[in-house]
Amino acid sequence: MNMKWIFALTFVLAIPLQAAEPSLDAKARAIIKRDFQDKGIAKADRVIQDELQVLCTRFRDNPPKKDLERIEKEQTRAIKWPADGQYMGDWKAGEKLAQSGAGMTWSDKAGDPAGGNCYNCHQLSAKEIAYGTIGPSLLHYGKLRGNSVENQRYVYGRIYNAKAAHMCANMPRFGHLGILTEAQIKDLVALLLDPESLVNKD
Amino acid sequence: MNNLKMAALAFAILSLSVMAEEKSAEGKAADEIAKYREMIADGNPAEFDEMRGAEIWKTSAGPKQANLELCNLGKGPGVVKGVYAELPRYFPDTKRVQDLESRLLTCMSSLQGFTEKEIADKAIGNVNRKPAIEALVAYVVGQSKGMPMAVSTRHPKEKEAYEIGRRIFFYRAGPYDFSCATCHGQSNRRIRMQDLPNFTLKKETQLAYTTWPAYRVSQGLFRSFQWRINDCFRQQRFPEPQYASEATVDLTMFLAVNSNGANYDGPGLKR
Ligand code: HEC
Ligand code: HEC
Repeated sequence: MNMKWIFALTFVLAIPLQAAEPSLDAKARAIIKRDFQDKGIAKADRVIQDELQVLCTRFRDNPPKKDLERIEKEQTRAIKWPADGQYMGDWKAGEKLAQSGAGMTWSDKAGDPAGGNCYNCHQLSAKEIAYGTIGPSLLHYGKLRGNSVENQRYVYGRIYNAKAAHMCANMPRFGHLGILTEAQIKDLVALLLDPESLVNKD
Repeated sequence: MNNLKMAALAFAILSLSVMAEEKSAEGKAADEIAKYREMIADGNPAEFDEMRGAEIWKTSAGPKQANLELCNLGKGPGVVKGVYAELPRYFPDTKRVQDLESRLLTCMSSLQGFTEKEIADKAIGNVNRKPAIEALVAYVVGQSKGMPMAVSTRHPKEKEAYEIGRRIFFYRAGPYDFSCATCHGQSNRRIRMQDLPNFTLKKETQLAYTTWPAYRVSQGLFRSFQWRINDCFRQQRFPEPQYASEATVDLTMFLAVNSNGANYDGPGLKR
């Protein structure tokens, strides 16, 4: 048999095989698409992944370097920086947001303000002892890192899109996916960096 | 449960709910919960649900006015002892892998004449409405207490359900980019004060899985494993999984198989 025939044959064999037995990944995806339904504000199409989610799922949060670099660049480029060049808002409003675990579940009502969920995953102020540990402790964050404009911009970016720094980080993309507004993110930057904030002064 | 124990239990529930309202210091709360557990060490309010379920099991209901004594949960018609330690499993009659809730739907429709949908739509209860299927779950799981988990992956469909369950566990999506693994993929993590078991480790999976379904003190309700998965998908900011759907059964399969070898210890008692 010459090469041409071997090629042709594998081709012919491969197609029906694939059609008859889709990969388990594809099957899982089809089952997920079929088995979820709208409930309140949580619509069924939320299970459809963007490219970052596809890759983080496929590679168990450890994507190849090539994908990682490309996606992190794309996510960084998509950050919308405040037009007025100001990164710090009101830390007191930031603390309120950080405390609130509300937002985006089917038990939240349309139009209800989303919270930051920050204390769900981070230690922030020494006062609040009911904090989670999925993320690193941010206690004394500003005291330890300083609050230069450069650092304010860095923190704004980390909250706006955690995946710009680490593609498969466990932290949500609060600005990128429209969970928090620019003003709310500024309040959170202030919570972390303002010397008067609960995070830095205790 | 004797009367004295019941009184202690009622008192413990009362003091615990007062405590929850006070929003007391967390260390203190953990101590109180430990004390509470001790007080009711050999009594669990889920026993009421088990008793109610045992009644419902043998009482005629539905358009066909039949009871469930011919229901086959995997070890033959009417056998309840030990079935939960081997669920989910493949059932030749439906040609599907089914968990307990999915299989109860099959029985309530084939034997009693209910439609699966009418039961499924109201399968998760609240303080005012306690569906029969939840009590049935309590009754059935209680009959596996102390038995080793032995969920099969011998049938190709069982193996496949496990594999798909694993993929659903790691599936990241939604407005927060969460998967089950975001919250249950590392050890010694918590959300606020709630400890998060790591389901990528056998030991932690066994400990959590074998203590569900459970009576939840904070809600004053018995909750099935379908409820547990449903509420975690809510926190995951996903849409709602359909009750007893393949996605939920496969996810359950993933956790159940990973619990094999441990003794089933439910119904449990949770915060
Ligand atoms: C679901 C968990 C989760 C939530 C909710 C969350 N974070 Fe994070 N956060 C993390 C994780 C995990 C990291 C580490 C990410 C990494 O590896 O890049 C992190 C990192 C950070 C960092 C970077 C720390 C550094 O080393 O410089 C900042 C700043 C931060 N989070 C702030 C916040 C704020 C503010 C909120 C609330 C709006 C928040 N996070 C909500 C999990 C979370
Ligand atoms: C955003 C966080 C989050 C996500 C995502 C999440 N869970 Fe959970 N899970 C929790 C919390 C918090 C608890 C403890 C709840 C409590 O104490 O009442 C929990 C408890 C559980 C338990 C019971 C553990 C025990 O020891 O009693 C199981 C089982 C479970 N989750 C399974 C899952 C599965 C399966 C998924 C994915 C569909 C998932 N979880 C996704 C936060 C989450």
